[in-house]
Amino acid sequence: MEFRFFYHFGNFLLMLKGMFSRPENMKMYWKQFMQQCVDIGVGSLGIVFIISLFMGGVTTLQTAYQLVSPIIPKSTIAQVVRDTIILEFAPTLTSIVLAGVIGSKIASELGNMRISEQIDALEIMGINTKGYLILPKILAATLMIPLLVAIAGFLGIWGGKEAGVLSGVLSSEQFMMGLRQEFKAYNVFFAMAKSYTFGFIIASVSAYYGYNVQGGALEIGKASTTAVVVSCVLILFMDYALTAILL
Amino acid sequence: MIELKDITKGFGDKEILKGVSATMESGKVNLIIGASGSGKTVMMKCIVGLMKVDSGSILYDNQDFTAMDHRAKKEIRQQIGMLFQGSALFDSMTVEQNVMFPLEMFSKDSLKERKKRVDECLERVQLKDAAKKFPAEISGGMKKRVGIARAIVLNPKYLFCDEPNSGLDPQTSLLIDQLIKELTQEYNITTVINTHDMNTVMESGDHIVYMYQGQKQWEGSNKEIVFSKDQQLNDFIFASEFLRDAKEMRQLDMFKDSKWKDQLEEQLKRDGKK
Repeated sequence: MEFRFFYHFGNFLLMLKGMFSRPENMKMYWKQFMQQCVDIGVGSLGIVFIISLFMGGVTTLQTAYQLVSPIIPKSTIAQVVRDTIILEFAPTLTSIVLAGVIGSKIASELGNMRISEQIDALEIMGINTKGYLILPKILAATLMIPLLVAIAGFLGIWGGKEAGVLSGVLSSEQFMMGLRQEFKAYNVFFAMAKSYTFGFIIASVSAYYGYNVQGGALEIGKASTTAVVVSCVLILFMDYALTAILL
Repeated sequence: MIELKDITKGFGDKEILKGVSATMESGKVNLIIGASGSGKTVMMKCIVGLMKVDSGSILYDNQDFTAMDHRAKKEIRQQIGMLFQGSALFDSMTVEQNVMFPLEMFSKDSLKERKKRVDECLERVQLKDAAKKFPAEISGGMKKRVGIARAIVLNPKYLFCDEPNSGLDPQTSLLIDQLIKELTQEYNITTVINTHDMNTVMESGDHIVYMYQGQKQWEGSNKEIVFSKDQQLNDFIFASEFLRDAKEMRQLDMFKDSKWKDQLEEQLKRDGKK
Protein backbone atom coordinates (compact mmCIF):
# COMPACT_ATOMS: atom_id res chain seq x y z
CA MET A 1 0.00 0.00 0.00
CA GLU A 2 1.41 3.29 -1.06
CA PHE A 3 1.66 5.55 1.97
CA ARG A 4 0.92 9.14 0.97
CA PHE A 5 -0.68 10.45 4.11
CA PHE A 6 -1.11 14.11 3.18
CA TYR A 7 -2.35 13.32 -0.33
CA HIS A 8 -5.04 10.99 1.00
CA PHE A 9 -5.90 13.22 3.94
CA GLY A 10 -6.32 16.26 1.68
CA ASN A 11 -8.46 14.31 -0.77
CA PHE A 12 -10.48 12.91 2.10
CA LEU A 13 -11.23 16.42 3.39
CA LEU A 14 -12.18 17.55 -0.12
CA MET A 15 -14.53 14.58 -0.39
CA LEU A 16 -16.19 15.56 2.89
CA LYS A 17 -16.50 19.17 1.73
CA GLY A 18 -17.95 18.05 -1.59
CA MET A 19 -20.78 16.19 0.14
CA PHE A 20 -22.47 19.36 1.27
CA SER A 21 -24.55 20.98 -1.41
CA ARG A 22 -28.26 21.55 -1.80
CA PRO A 23 -29.88 18.15 -2.46
CA GLU A 24 -31.40 17.85 -5.93
CA ASN A 25 -34.41 16.08 -4.43
CA MET A 26 -34.70 15.72 -0.66
CA LYS A 27 -37.08 12.76 -0.96
CA MET A 28 -34.51 10.74 -2.93
CA TYR A 29 -31.78 11.55 -0.43
CA TRP A 30 -34.07 10.50 2.44
CA LYS A 31 -34.90 7.26 0.61
CA GLN A 32 -31.20 6.60 0.13
CA PHE A 33 -30.53 7.35 3.83
CA MET A 34 -33.26 4.95 4.96
CA GLN A 35 -31.93 2.27 2.60
CA GLN A 36 -28.47 2.67 4.10
CA CYS A 37 -29.88 2.49 7.63
CA VAL A 38 -31.46 -0.85 6.74
CA ASP A 39 -28.30 -2.15 5.04
CA ILE A 40 -25.97 -1.06 7.83
CA GLY A 41 -28.23 -1.57 10.83
CA VAL A 42 -30.45 -4.54 10.07
CA GLY A 43 -27.83 -6.12 7.82
CA SER A 44 -25.30 -6.28 10.64
CA LEU A 45 -27.60 -7.47 13.42
CA GLY A 46 -26.75 -11.16 12.97
CA ILE A 47 -23.00 -10.79 13.33
CA VAL A 48 -23.38 -8.32 16.23
CA PHE A 49 -25.67 -10.79 17.99
CA ILE A 50 -23.19 -13.66 17.68
CA ILE A 51 -20.01 -11.79 18.63
CA SER A 52 -21.67 -10.01 21.56
CA LEU A 53 -22.96 -13.17 23.19
CA PHE A 54 -19.61 -14.95 22.94
CA MET A 55 -17.68 -11.82 23.90
CA GLY A 56 -19.74 -11.53 27.12
CA GLY A 57 -19.49 -15.22 27.90
CA VAL A 58 -15.73 -15.35 27.43
CA THR A 59 -15.24 -12.16 29.49
CA THR A 60 -17.17 -13.65 32.41
CA LEU A 61 -15.26 -16.94 32.35
CA GLN A 62 -11.86 -15.28 32.00
CA THR A 63 -12.59 -12.73 34.75
CA ALA A 64 -13.74 -15.52 37.05
CA TYR A 65 -10.56 -17.45 36.19
CA GLN A 66 -8.39 -14.50 37.27
CA LEU A 67 -10.38 -13.39 40.39
CA VAL A 68 -9.64 -16.38 42.57
CA SER A 69 -9.12 -14.57 45.88
CA PRO A 70 -11.68 -15.57 48.56
CA ILE A 71 -11.89 -11.95 49.77
CA ILE A 72 -13.23 -10.67 46.43
CA PRO A 73 -17.00 -11.16 46.23
CA LYS A 74 -18.38 -13.04 43.23
CA SER A 75 -20.48 -10.05 42.26
CA THR A 76 -17.26 -8.23 41.35
CA ILE A 77 -17.02 -10.52 38.32
CA ALA A 78 -20.26 -9.03 36.96
CA GLN A 79 -19.01 -5.51 37.71
CA VAL A 80 -15.79 -6.14 35.76
CA VAL A 81 -17.69 -7.77 32.91
CA ARG A 82 -20.12 -4.82 32.76
CA ASP A 83 -17.40 -2.17 32.65
CA THR A 84 -15.16 -4.11 30.27
CA ILE A 85 -18.02 -4.59 27.85
CA ILE A 86 -19.37 -1.04 28.10
CA LEU A 87 -16.01 0.70 28.02
CA GLU A 88 -14.13 -1.39 25.52
CA PHE A 89 -15.55 -4.54 24.03
CA ALA A 90 -18.96 -3.33 22.86
CA PRO A 91 -17.75 -0.17 21.10
CA THR A 92 -14.29 -1.21 19.93
CA LEU A 93 -14.56 -4.93 19.19
CA THR A 94 -17.98 -4.50 17.57
CA SER A 95 -16.70 -1.59 15.48
CA ILE A 96 -13.68 -3.57 14.31
CA VAL A 97 -15.94 -6.39 13.19
CA LEU A 98 -18.31 -3.87 11.58
CA ALA A 99 -15.36 -2.25 9.78
CA GLY A 100 -14.93 -5.61 8.04
CA VAL A 101 -18.62 -6.13 7.35
CA ILE A 102 -19.85 -2.62 6.53
CA GLY A 103 -16.53 -1.09 5.41
CA SER A 104 -15.85 -3.71 2.76
CA LYS A 105 -19.46 -3.51 1.56
CA ILE A 106 -19.35 0.27 1.18
CA ALA A 107 -15.94 0.24 -0.53
CA SER A 108 -16.84 -2.53 -2.96
CA GLU A 109 -20.27 -1.08 -3.73
CA LEU A 110 -18.87 2.35 -4.56
CA GLY A 111 -15.86 0.83 -6.31
CA ASN A 112 -18.13 -1.23 -8.52
CA MET A 113 -20.26 1.82 -9.25
CA ARG A 114 -17.13 3.75 -10.22
CA ILE A 115 -15.73 1.03 -12.48
CA SER A 116 -19.06 0.36 -14.20
CA GLU A 117 -19.50 4.14 -14.81
CA GLN A 118 -22.64 4.32 -12.65
CA ILE A 119 -21.10 7.24 -10.73
CA ASP A 120 -20.32 8.97 -14.04
CA ALA A 121 -23.93 8.38 -15.10
CA LEU A 122 -25.16 10.11 -11.95
CA GLU A 123 -22.70 12.99 -12.47
CA ILE A 124 -23.92 13.46 -16.04
CA MET A 125 -27.49 13.70 -14.75
CA GLY A 126 -26.34 16.65 -12.64
CA ILE A 127 -26.40 14.83 -9.30
CA ASN A 128 -23.81 15.57 -6.62
CA THR A 129 -22.58 11.98 -6.29
CA LYS A 130 -20.65 12.64 -3.09
CA GLY A 131 -23.78 14.07 -1.51
CA TYR A 132 -26.10 11.39 -2.86
CA LEU A 133 -23.92 8.31 -2.42
CA ILE A 134 -21.55 9.08 0.48
CA LEU A 135 -23.39 11.42 2.84
CA PRO A 136 -26.34 9.05 3.48
CA LYS A 137 -23.88 6.23 4.19
CA ILE A 138 -21.97 8.32 6.74
CA LEU A 139 -25.16 9.57 8.40
CA ALA A 140 -26.63 6.08 8.49
CA ALA A 141 -23.41 4.65 9.98
CA THR A 142 -23.18 7.33 12.65
CA LEU A 143 -26.81 6.62 13.57
CA MET A 144 -26.87 2.84 13.32
CA ILE A 145 -23.43 1.88 14.66
CA PRO A 146 -24.07 3.43 18.11
CA LEU A 147 -27.39 1.56 18.15
CA LEU A 148 -25.59 -1.67 17.23
CA VAL A 149 -23.01 -0.96 19.94
CA ALA A 150 -25.81 -0.45 22.48
CA ILE A 151 -27.36 -3.76 21.41
CA ALA A 152 -23.90 -5.38 21.61
CA GLY A 153 -23.52 -4.03 25.16
CA PHE A 154 -26.84 -5.46 26.33
CA LEU A 155 -26.28 -8.79 24.59
CA GLY A 156 -22.69 -9.01 25.84
CA ILE A 157 -23.75 -8.52 29.45
CA TRP A 158 -26.62 -10.96 29.02
CA GLY A 159 -24.27 -13.50 27.41
CA GLY A 160 -21.85 -12.99 30.29
CA LYS A 161 -24.61 -13.67 32.81
CA GLU A 162 -25.78 -16.79 31.02
CA ALA A 163 -22.21 -18.13 30.70
CA GLY A 164 -21.53 -17.42 34.37
CA VAL A 165 -24.75 -19.11 35.56
CA LEU A 166 -24.48 -22.08 33.18
CA SER A 167 -20.86 -22.76 34.16
CA GLY A 168 -21.65 -22.36 37.86
CA VAL A 169 -19.18 -19.50 38.34
CA LEU A 170 -21.79 -17.28 39.98
CA SER A 171 -25.53 -17.17 40.50
CA SER A 172 -27.97 -15.01 38.64
CA GLU A 173 -28.58 -12.91 41.79
CA GLN A 174 -24.84 -12.35 42.31
CA PHE A 175 -24.50 -11.25 38.69
CA MET A 176 -27.43 -8.82 38.96
CA MET A 177 -26.03 -7.41 42.19
CA GLY A 178 -22.62 -6.89 40.55
CA LEU A 179 -24.20 -5.15 37.59
CA ARG A 180 -25.65 -2.50 39.89
CA GLN A 181 -22.47 -1.92 41.90
CA GLU A 182 -20.81 1.47 41.28
CA PHE A 183 -22.50 1.99 37.94
CA LYS A 184 -21.36 5.19 36.22
CA ALA A 185 -23.64 6.58 33.52
CA TYR A 186 -20.61 8.46 32.14
CA ASN A 187 -19.23 5.12 30.92
CA VAL A 188 -22.23 4.76 28.66
CA PHE A 189 -21.68 8.28 27.34
CA PHE A 190 -18.01 7.37 26.72
CA ALA A 191 -19.03 4.21 24.84
CA MET A 192 -21.48 6.18 22.71
CA ALA A 193 -18.89 8.88 21.97
CA LYS A 194 -16.53 6.17 20.78
CA SER A 195 -19.15 4.43 18.68
CA TYR A 196 -20.15 7.69 16.92
CA THR A 197 -16.49 8.30 16.11
CA PHE A 198 -15.95 4.74 14.91
CA GLY A 199 -19.14 4.84 12.85
CA PHE A 200 -17.91 7.96 11.08
CA ILE A 201 -14.48 6.41 10.49
CA ILE A 202 -15.87 3.17 9.07
CA ALA A 203 -18.27 4.83 6.63
CA SER A 204 -16.14 7.76 5.53
CA VAL A 205 -12.84 5.90 5.09
CA SER A 206 -14.51 3.04 3.21
CA ALA A 207 -16.45 5.46 1.04
CA TYR A 208 -13.23 7.36 0.27
CA TYR A 209 -11.40 4.26 -0.93
CA GLY A 210 -14.41 2.94 -2.84
CA TYR A 211 -15.29 6.24 -4.50
CA ASN A 212 -11.74 6.78 -5.75
CA VAL A 213 -11.15 3.32 -7.23
CA GLN A 214 -9.39 3.39 -10.58
CA GLY A 215 -8.87 0.36 -12.78
CA GLY A 216 -10.83 -2.88 -12.69
CA ALA A 217 -12.11 -5.69 -10.51
CA LEU A 218 -8.72 -6.27 -8.92
CA GLU A 219 -8.60 -2.66 -7.71
CA ILE A 220 -12.06 -2.99 -6.13
CA GLY A 221 -10.73 -5.87 -4.00
CA LYS A 222 -7.62 -3.88 -3.11
CA ALA A 223 -9.69 -0.81 -2.19
CA SER A 224 -11.94 -2.95 -0.04
CA THR A 225 -8.99 -4.45 1.84
CA THR A 226 -7.30 -1.07 2.25
CA ALA A 227 -10.55 0.45 3.54
CA VAL A 228 -10.89 -2.23 6.21
CA VAL A 229 -7.23 -2.07 7.25
CA VAL A 230 -7.15 1.74 7.45
CA SER A 231 -10.50 1.81 9.30
CA CYS A 232 -9.26 -0.72 11.87
CA VAL A 233 -6.01 1.16 12.45
CA LEU A 234 -7.87 4.47 12.83
CA ILE A 235 -10.41 2.87 15.17
CA LEU A 236 -7.59 1.61 17.42
CA PHE A 237 -5.82 4.97 17.27
CA MET A 238 -8.98 6.90 18.10
CA ASP A 239 -9.82 4.38 20.82
CA TYR A 240 -6.58 5.28 22.54
CA ALA A 241 -6.99 9.01 21.92
CA LEU A 242 -10.56 9.14 23.22
CA THR A 243 -9.67 7.05 26.26
CA ALA A 244 -6.79 9.38 27.05
CA ILE A 245 -8.98 12.45 26.60
CA LEU A 246 -12.31 11.39 28.08
CA LEU A 247 -11.38 9.06 30.95
CA MET B 1 -25.11 23.02 -31.08
CA ILE B 2 -21.87 22.27 -29.27
CA GLU B 3 -18.67 24.05 -30.25
CA LEU B 4 -15.19 23.01 -29.17
CA LYS B 5 -12.64 25.78 -29.37
CA ASP B 6 -8.99 24.78 -29.27
CA ILE B 7 -9.33 22.38 -26.34
CA THR B 8 -6.29 20.72 -24.84
CA LYS B 9 -6.07 18.03 -22.21
CA GLY B 10 -3.10 16.15 -20.83
CA PHE B 11 -2.23 13.71 -18.06
CA GLY B 12 1.16 14.49 -16.58
CA ASP B 13 3.60 14.92 -19.43
CA LYS B 14 1.37 13.22 -21.95
CA GLU B 15 -0.78 15.49 -24.05
CA ILE B 16 -3.96 13.67 -25.12
CA LEU B 17 -5.90 16.45 -26.86
CA LYS B 18 -3.82 18.94 -28.79
CA GLY B 19 -5.95 21.95 -29.57
CA VAL B 20 -9.09 20.38 -30.96
CA SER B 21 -11.74 22.61 -32.51
CA ALA B 22 -14.94 21.16 -33.88
CA THR B 23 -18.67 21.78 -34.09
CA MET B 24 -21.38 19.29 -33.16
CA GLU B 25 -24.50 20.29 -35.06
CA SER B 26 -28.00 20.16 -33.60
CA GLY B 27 -30.55 17.73 -35.00
CA LYS B 28 -27.73 15.68 -36.47
CA VAL B 29 -25.82 12.56 -35.52
CA ASN B 30 -22.27 13.75 -34.92
CA LEU B 31 -19.62 11.06 -34.81
CA ILE B 32 -16.20 11.16 -33.22
CA ILE B 33 -14.13 8.42 -34.81
CA GLY B 34 -10.53 7.41 -34.53
CA ALA B 35 -8.22 4.58 -33.56
CA SER B 36 -7.82 3.48 -29.94
CA GLY B 37 -5.71 6.03 -28.09
CA SER B 38 -6.55 8.85 -30.48
CA GLY B 39 -8.23 10.82 -27.69
CA LYS B 40 -11.88 10.47 -28.61
CA THR B 41 -13.03 9.13 -25.21
CA VAL B 42 -11.11 11.87 -23.38
CA MET B 43 -12.67 14.38 -25.75
CA MET B 44 -16.17 13.12 -25.01
CA LYS B 45 -15.49 13.15 -21.25
CA CYS B 46 -14.28 16.73 -21.56
CA ILE B 47 -17.38 17.76 -23.50
CA VAL B 48 -19.76 16.34 -20.87
CA GLY B 49 -17.65 17.74 -18.05
CA LEU B 50 -16.43 14.49 -16.51
CA MET B 51 -12.92 15.82 -17.16
CA LYS B 52 -11.71 19.39 -17.05
CA VAL B 53 -9.97 20.77 -20.13
CA ASP B 54 -6.52 22.30 -19.62
CA SER B 55 -7.28 25.12 -22.04
CA GLY B 56 -9.83 26.09 -24.64
CA SER B 57 -13.57 26.32 -24.32
CA ILE B 58 -16.68 24.22 -24.91
CA LEU B 59 -19.84 26.08 -25.87
CA TYR B 60 -23.32 24.61 -25.43
CA ASP B 61 -25.57 26.79 -27.60
CA ASN B 62 -23.11 29.68 -27.19
CA GLN B 63 -22.85 29.27 -23.39
CA ASP B 64 -19.29 28.62 -22.26
CA PHE B 65 -19.50 25.37 -20.28
CA THR B 66 -15.86 25.54 -19.18
CA ALA B 67 -16.32 28.94 -17.55
CA MET B 68 -19.58 28.11 -15.76
CA ASP B 69 -19.95 27.78 -12.02
CA HIS B 70 -21.10 24.52 -10.46
CA ARG B 71 -24.78 25.44 -10.44
CA ALA B 72 -24.87 26.54 -14.08
CA LYS B 73 -23.04 23.35 -15.08
CA LYS B 74 -25.65 21.32 -13.25
CA GLU B 75 -28.38 23.00 -15.29
CA ILE B 76 -26.63 22.13 -18.53
CA ARG B 77 -26.07 18.58 -17.35
CA GLN B 78 -29.76 18.14 -16.73
CA GLN B 79 -30.21 18.69 -20.48
CA ILE B 80 -27.71 15.95 -21.27
CA GLY B 81 -28.51 12.28 -21.74
CA MET B 82 -25.69 9.81 -22.01
CA LEU B 83 -25.42 6.21 -23.08
CA PHE B 84 -22.29 4.63 -21.64
CA GLN B 85 -20.17 1.93 -23.23
CA GLY B 86 -21.11 -0.56 -20.52
CA SER B 87 -24.64 0.93 -20.25
CA ALA B 88 -23.96 1.94 -16.59
CA LEU B 89 -27.36 0.76 -15.39
CA PHE B 90 -27.97 0.72 -11.64
CA ASP B 91 -27.65 -2.95 -10.67
CA SER B 92 -30.00 -2.77 -7.72
CA MET B 93 -32.87 -1.32 -9.75
CA THR B 94 -35.18 -2.91 -12.30
CA VAL B 95 -35.28 -1.69 -15.89
CA GLU B 96 -38.33 0.42 -15.06
CA GLN B 97 -36.70 1.91 -11.96
CA ASN B 98 -33.56 2.71 -13.95
CA VAL B 99 -35.58 4.70 -16.48
CA MET B 100 -37.68 6.25 -13.71
CA PHE B 101 -34.62 7.39 -11.73
CA PRO B 102 -33.90 10.72 -13.54
CA LEU B 103 -37.61 11.57 -13.38
CA GLU B 104 -37.77 10.84 -9.65
CA MET B 105 -34.72 13.00 -9.09
CA PHE B 106 -35.63 15.98 -11.25
CA SER B 107 -39.25 15.90 -12.34
CA LYS B 108 -42.09 17.49 -10.42
CA ASP B 109 -44.67 15.41 -12.29
CA SER B 110 -47.06 13.15 -10.43
CA LEU B 111 -46.26 9.47 -10.08
CA LYS B 112 -48.89 8.64 -12.70
CA GLU B 113 -47.35 11.05 -15.21
CA ARG B 114 -43.86 9.75 -14.48
CA LYS B 115 -44.97 6.18 -15.00
CA LYS B 116 -46.62 7.17 -18.26
CA ARG B 117 -43.38 8.76 -19.46
CA VAL B 118 -41.36 5.68 -18.46
CA ASP B 119 -43.81 3.47 -20.35
CA GLU B 120 -43.49 5.73 -23.41
CA CYS B 121 -39.70 5.51 -23.34
CA LEU B 122 -39.67 1.76 -22.81
CA GLU B 123 -42.19 1.39 -25.61
CA ARG B 124 -39.97 3.54 -27.84
CA VAL B 125 -37.01 1.20 -27.30
CA GLN B 126 -39.30 -1.87 -27.45
CA LEU B 127 -38.59 -3.01 -23.93
CA LYS B 128 -41.94 -2.80 -22.20
CA ASP B 129 -41.95 -6.53 -21.53
CA ALA B 130 -38.62 -6.31 -19.68
CA ALA B 131 -39.72 -3.50 -17.34
CA LYS B 132 -39.62 -5.63 -14.20
CA LYS B 133 -36.31 -7.33 -14.97
CA PHE B 134 -32.98 -6.46 -13.39
CA PRO B 135 -29.97 -5.49 -15.56
CA ALA B 136 -28.30 -8.83 -14.76
CA GLU B 137 -31.25 -10.62 -16.37
CA ILE B 138 -31.17 -8.91 -19.78
CA SER B 139 -28.84 -9.09 -22.80
CA GLY B 140 -26.17 -6.55 -23.79
CA GLY B 141 -28.35 -5.11 -26.57
CA MET B 142 -31.28 -4.74 -24.20
CA LYS B 143 -29.05 -3.01 -21.65
CA LYS B 144 -28.04 -0.50 -24.32
CA ARG B 145 -31.68 0.15 -25.11
CA VAL B 146 -32.48 0.66 -21.43
CA GLY B 147 -29.51 3.06 -21.34
CA ILE B 148 -31.02 4.95 -24.29
CA ALA B 149 -34.45 5.03 -22.63
CA ARG B 150 -32.91 6.42 -19.44
CA ALA B 151 -30.92 8.97 -21.46
CA ILE B 152 -33.99 10.32 -23.27
CA VAL B 153 -36.53 10.16 -20.45
CA LEU B 154 -35.99 13.83 -19.50
CA ASN B 155 -36.18 14.98 -23.14
CA PRO B 156 -32.51 16.01 -23.36
CA LYS B 157 -31.19 18.60 -25.77
CA TYR B 158 -27.90 16.75 -26.09
CA LEU B 159 -27.38 13.00 -26.34
CA PHE B 160 -23.94 11.43 -25.93
CA CYS B 161 -23.24 7.80 -26.76
CA ASP B 162 -19.91 6.22 -25.91
CA GLU B 163 -19.34 3.31 -28.29
CA PRO B 164 -23.00 2.29 -28.41
CA ASN B 165 -22.26 -0.79 -30.53
CA SER B 166 -19.38 -2.28 -28.61
CA GLY B 167 -19.96 -5.92 -27.78
CA LEU B 168 -23.09 -6.17 -29.91
CA ASP B 169 -23.79 -8.35 -32.94
CA PRO B 170 -24.16 -6.55 -36.31
CA GLN B 171 -27.96 -6.79 -36.38
CA THR B 172 -28.39 -5.41 -32.87
CA SER B 173 -25.83 -2.70 -33.68
CA LEU B 174 -27.93 -1.70 -36.65
CA LEU B 175 -31.05 -1.49 -34.48
CA ILE B 176 -29.24 0.70 -31.94
CA ASP B 177 -27.93 2.97 -34.72
CA GLN B 178 -31.38 3.31 -36.22
CA LEU B 179 -32.92 4.03 -32.85
CA ILE B 180 -30.38 6.76 -32.07
CA LYS B 181 -30.82 8.30 -35.51
CA GLU B 182 -34.61 8.29 -35.23
CA LEU B 183 -34.54 9.79 -31.74
CA THR B 184 -32.12 12.49 -32.89
CA GLN B 185 -34.49 13.56 -35.64
CA GLU B 186 -37.65 13.06 -33.59
CA TYR B 187 -36.54 15.28 -30.69
CA ASN B 188 -34.10 17.48 -32.66
CA ILE B 189 -31.27 16.47 -30.32
CA THR B 190 -27.59 17.25 -30.75
CA THR B 191 -26.27 13.70 -30.72
CA VAL B 192 -22.57 12.93 -30.31
CA ILE B 193 -21.41 9.36 -30.79
CA ASN B 194 -17.98 8.03 -30.08
CA THR B 195 -17.50 4.97 -32.25
CA HIS B 196 -15.24 2.56 -34.09
CA ASP B 197 -18.09 1.00 -35.95
CA MET B 198 -17.84 1.62 -39.68
CA ASN B 199 -21.44 0.68 -40.21
CA THR B 200 -22.45 3.50 -37.88
CA VAL B 201 -20.13 5.84 -39.78
CA MET B 202 -21.71 5.04 -43.11
CA GLU B 203 -25.34 4.78 -41.96
CA SER B 204 -25.63 7.48 -39.31
CA GLY B 205 -22.73 9.88 -39.70
CA ASP B 206 -24.40 13.17 -40.59
CA HIS B 207 -21.29 14.89 -39.34
CA ILE B 208 -18.00 13.14 -38.62
CA VAL B 209 -14.90 14.25 -36.72
CA TYR B 210 -11.89 12.02 -37.26
CA MET B 211 -9.31 12.12 -34.46
CA TYR B 212 -5.71 11.16 -35.03
CA GLN B 213 -3.10 11.29 -32.27
CA GLY B 214 -5.02 13.84 -30.22
CA GLN B 215 -5.81 16.16 -33.11
CA LYS B 216 -8.75 16.63 -35.40
CA GLN B 217 -7.50 15.19 -38.66
CA TRP B 218 -10.65 15.45 -40.74
CA GLU B 219 -14.22 16.69 -40.49
CA GLY B 220 -17.11 16.06 -42.87
CA SER B 221 -20.13 13.88 -43.59
CA ASN B 222 -20.57 10.20 -44.45
CA LYS B 223 -21.03 11.18 -48.06
CA GLU B 224 -17.70 13.00 -48.14
CA ILE B 225 -15.71 10.48 -46.14
CA VAL B 226 -15.47 8.00 -49.01
CA PHE B 227 -13.84 10.66 -51.18
CA SER B 228 -11.36 11.75 -48.59
CA LYS B 229 -7.74 11.80 -49.69
CA ASP B 230 -6.52 11.78 -46.11
CA GLN B 231 -4.15 8.84 -45.81
CA GLN B 232 -4.65 8.25 -42.09
CA LEU B 233 -8.41 8.41 -42.41
CA ASN B 234 -8.41 5.97 -45.30
CA ASP B 235 -6.09 3.63 -43.45
CA PHE B 236 -8.44 3.76 -40.49
CA ILE B 237 -11.71 3.29 -42.31
CA PHE B 238 -10.72 0.86 -44.99
CA ALA B 239 -8.43 -1.25 -42.91
CA SER B 240 -9.23 -4.54 -44.67
CA GLU B 241 -9.30 -5.66 -48.32
CA PHE B 242 -12.97 -6.47 -47.91
CA LEU B 243 -13.79 -2.96 -46.78
CA ARG B 244 -11.71 -1.44 -49.59
CA ASP B 245 -13.72 -3.41 -52.13
CA ALA B 246 -16.91 -2.53 -50.32
CA LYS B 247 -15.88 1.12 -50.50
CA GLU B 248 -15.75 1.05 -54.28
CA MET B 249 -19.05 -0.77 -54.55
CA ARG B 250 -20.64 1.54 -52.01
CA GLN B 251 -19.32 4.63 -53.77
CA LEU B 252 -20.92 3.58 -57.02
CA ASP B 253 -24.13 2.56 -55.32
CA MET B 254 -24.41 5.58 -53.08
CA PHE B 255 -23.57 8.07 -55.78
CA LYS B 256 -25.14 6.46 -58.80
CA ASP B 257 -27.46 9.41 -59.21
CA SER B 258 -25.05 12.07 -58.06
CA LYS B 259 -22.91 14.57 -59.96
CA TRP B 260 -19.80 12.77 -58.68
CA LYS B 261 -20.60 9.50 -60.43
CA ASP B 262 -18.46 10.19 -63.50
CA GLN B 263 -15.62 11.50 -61.40
CA LEU B 264 -15.72 8.39 -59.23
CA GLU B 265 -15.80 5.98 -62.13
CA GLU B 266 -12.87 7.81 -63.68
CA GLN B 267 -10.92 7.54 -60.46
CA LEU B 268 -11.65 3.83 -60.17
CA LYS B 269 -10.56 3.34 -63.79
CA ARG B 270 -7.32 5.19 -63.06
CA ASP B 271 -6.77 2.90 -60.06
CA GLY B 272 -7.30 -0.09 -62.34
CA LYS B 273 -10.33 -1.26 -60.40
CA LYS B 274 -12.83 -1.03 -63.20
